[in-house]
Amino acid sequence: MSSLRHSPIGDRLYQTLTTLCAISVLVLLLVLSARIFVAASPALQAFGWRFLTGAQWDAVHGVFGVAPAVYGTVISSALALALATPLALAVAIFSAEVAPAWLRSILEFALDLLAAIPSVIYGLWGLFVLVPLLRDRVMPVLTETLGLADTPLFAGPAYGPSMLAAALLLAIMILPYIAAVAREVLAAVPDAQREAALALGATRWEMLRHAVLPYARSGLVGAVILGLGRAFGETMAVTMVIGNRHEMSASLLAPGYTLASLIANEFAEASATLHHAALMAAGATLLLVTLLVNALARWLVWRVRRPGDA
Amino acid sequence: MAAASADRADVPPVTTARLAAEGLGAYYGPTRVVRDVTASFTPGRVTAIVGPSGCGKSTLLRCLNRLHETGRDARTTGRVWLDDVDVYAPDVSAVAVRRQVALVMQRPTPFPTLSIEQNVVAGLQAAHARPTADLRAVTEDALRRAALWSEVSHRLRARPGTLSEGQQQRLCIARALATSPRVLLLDEPTASLDPLSVQKIEELVYGLRDRVTVVMVTHNMQQAARVSDETAFLLHGELVEMAATTTLFTTPGDPRTEAYITGRFG
Amino acid sequence: MAVVVAATAFAVSPLAALGGHLVREGGAALHWSFFTALPAPVGEPGGGMANAVVGTLLLVSIASLMAIPVGVGAGLYAAEHRGRPLALAVRFVSEVLSGVPSIVIGILSWEFVVRPMGHFSALAGAVALAIIMLPLVARATEEMVLLVPSALFETALALGYGHARAVVRVVLRTALPGILTALLVAVARVAGETAPLLFTAFGNHFWSVSLREPVSALPLQIFTYAISPYDDWRALAWAGALVLVGLAVILGIAARVTMRHRHGRRVR
Repeated sequence: MSSLRHSPIGDRLYQTLTTLCAISVLVLLLVLSARIFVAASPALQAFGWRFLTGAQWDAVHGVFGVAPAVYGTVISSALALALATPLALAVAIFSAEVAPAWLRSILEFALDLLAAIPSVIYGLWGLFVLVPLLRDRVMPVLTETLGLADTPLFAGPAYGPSMLAAALLLAIMILPYIAAVAREVLAAVPDAQREAALALGATRWEMLRHAVLPYARSGLVGAVILGLGRAFGETMAVTMVIGNRHEMSASLLAPGYTLASLIANEFAEASATLHHAALMAAGATLLLVTLLVNALARWLVWRVRRPGDA
Repeated sequence: MAAASADRADVPPVTTARLAAEGLGAYYGPTRVVRDVTASFTPGRVTAIVGPSGCGKSTLLRCLNRLHETGRDARTTGRVWLDDVDVYAPDVSAVAVRRQVALVMQRPTPFPTLSIEQNVVAGLQAAHARPTADLRAVTEDALRRAALWSEVSHRLRARPGTLSEGQQQRLCIARALATSPRVLLLDEPTASLDPLSVQKIEELVYGLRDRVTVVMVTHNMQQAARVSDETAFLLHGELVEMAATTTLFTTPGDPRTEAYITGRFG
Repeated sequence: MAVVVAATAFAVSPLAALGGHLVREGGAALHWSFFTALPAPVGEPGGGMANAVVGTLLLVSIASLMAIPVGVGAGLYAAEHRGRPLALAVRFVSEVLSGVPSIVIGILSWEFVVRPMGHFSALAGAVALAIIMLPLVARATEEMVLLVPSALFETALALGYGHARAVVRVVLRTALPGILTALLVAVARVAGETAPLLFTAFGNHFWSVSLREPVSALPLQIFTYAISPYDDWRALAWAGALVLVGLAVILGIAARVTMRHRHGRRVR
């Protein structure tokens, strides 16, 4: 019965191809990470740790330290996170636990849309709407009406482009992203958890506080950290509103810099080898930090999703 | 439908497909789910495999057309003979085996993106890049044999999602029959269906006798009694007893079989 | 609960603010010439972004050609070998890779493509966009394939389909609406990317469809015009923004419709 003999050559080809595709994703990350450190090595060798701690960035004299950009990245992102997290969690809770189905789908669409708007358009809006608004309306209120000008946080002249503008814009941008992941995490909480609480006579709010949120906690933290990773790497919108000044200032009204906007502004013009290497090193720093942040966040989110998902 | 009767065996079967298991074992990882089963399935007859849930009925069935080995960490030992070829021989292709030994799943699994018509010929097209047969005729014949033709002949282009679950299951049987299999394996084909659909499928299986060798897993002993010529009783992965259906249900040879059919467990 | 409702309303309000401004400013500046004319020199009225529209189409098409086959292949592997180390690694690396800032992808594409070639090029821009797309496509494929009941795959095998044929003809085909939806979202995402194009595609004020030449793209042109000191150009930036957001909205709605279609005829 020779008809039972059939060579599955297509199957072997298929297995080989999909395995190669799978491996290539891993290789891609490895190659990208390795190459950026190779490209950055002249600057890392020349300055060592002073690359991170140095405050001077002088292309003419070949001295490169990214401390102000690191400072700006951390402060703008942290501030954005502080502003966006409560709102994003509220949105996620509303959408996953409270809203009726019709409203939920509208809300999801709105959030999807907010998340789909390109960074450069947030930047455009920030530059022409948010920054003038801050400069003409908000900052005078903060400094004069409320008399905060004497505090270091709100000292100095209010130009408009500033750390505050960047943080606000970032908050608006990462909010839908955090909300979307948090919503997914809440949706992954088994209904048995909810029903158990309700069966014990809990109100909806008590059920949320004592059954749903504790179960989802690590995943929600993961969602917030994912937002942080986003904020760290956000480039165009921040570049357009932060003022791009390589200085560290405690004042939120003062312009600042971030690693991403530093690269965006200088990379095309950099001609000296060391200047290029320094920008690559800034990129390597950004890559390393975002890889760590994302790995941590994904791990936290997986812990919640794993049971039903494997 | 006629009750099981002894005179069935007097009619010589048209099909000659002899299927037999020899020392068949099946594993999931280290767990053995089927132990050393040796059984011969009479050509052109319906054999029912009965036994309590989790006794390895479905796994045994899936070993017969080499489907078991596609599962994760799944392994098979022993032999399965289709006529005089061991389907587990190294130079035999599992795909080719499955083209001759068709299997219908417990729940209906029509391909949702294909029309009813395309579903019926899907297996045929998988086996031959360019089937020479008249597909239209094959479709009608298979649907008639599956007792579905009159219900769907006016909407062959519709999606199977528009059919009832019972109709979907008959569509799946039609799809298997369209490939002209020599053996048809049915894994609890009526488990998820309403009584009317169950009756239709039982009639259909009964009508397949003589043309196809049928092996059907069921946990419903009345169904086995109604449809099958022979019955095998499986317990903890072991074949306890296999005999003519009337014999097994009236005078079982093993006390465990008797305990099961009189309802003491399972 | 009232707090949650109020916070939600507040959180969605930027959409209204941004959307309103976009429609007003962009609508005023958007004319047919936007899609047909090249950028006009400073001081000359009119002009459009026709070359940028074509450039974006070119970049996104080439990036899709590079990313989709590999991404679908990797996603299929991850779904089929669920639980195996390489499958887990693909999933994890895809998620981590999709969090890498696009500006970093941009300078890496510069390092790999622009530096050896000696000049900016559409190819370098497409490579950067492809690297951004790849993990999105891989994850989406994996998720959508996992939604297909395994009984469907087994049925195909039981009917005598070869493994590859069963995957492609049955599993992939059943998952296709979901995968297409995700591809639309991925395309919309990279079509709006600016940072990775700054040092790769670079921008070009003239017609170009050559992979070896720098090419313009809508988001690049919007950025250039937005930070320019000329009112004409800023107005055109708003028009470009309206077009880009319009594209994202259309793709988003298309994605939703595809999804709904899929659920509408879902078979157990």
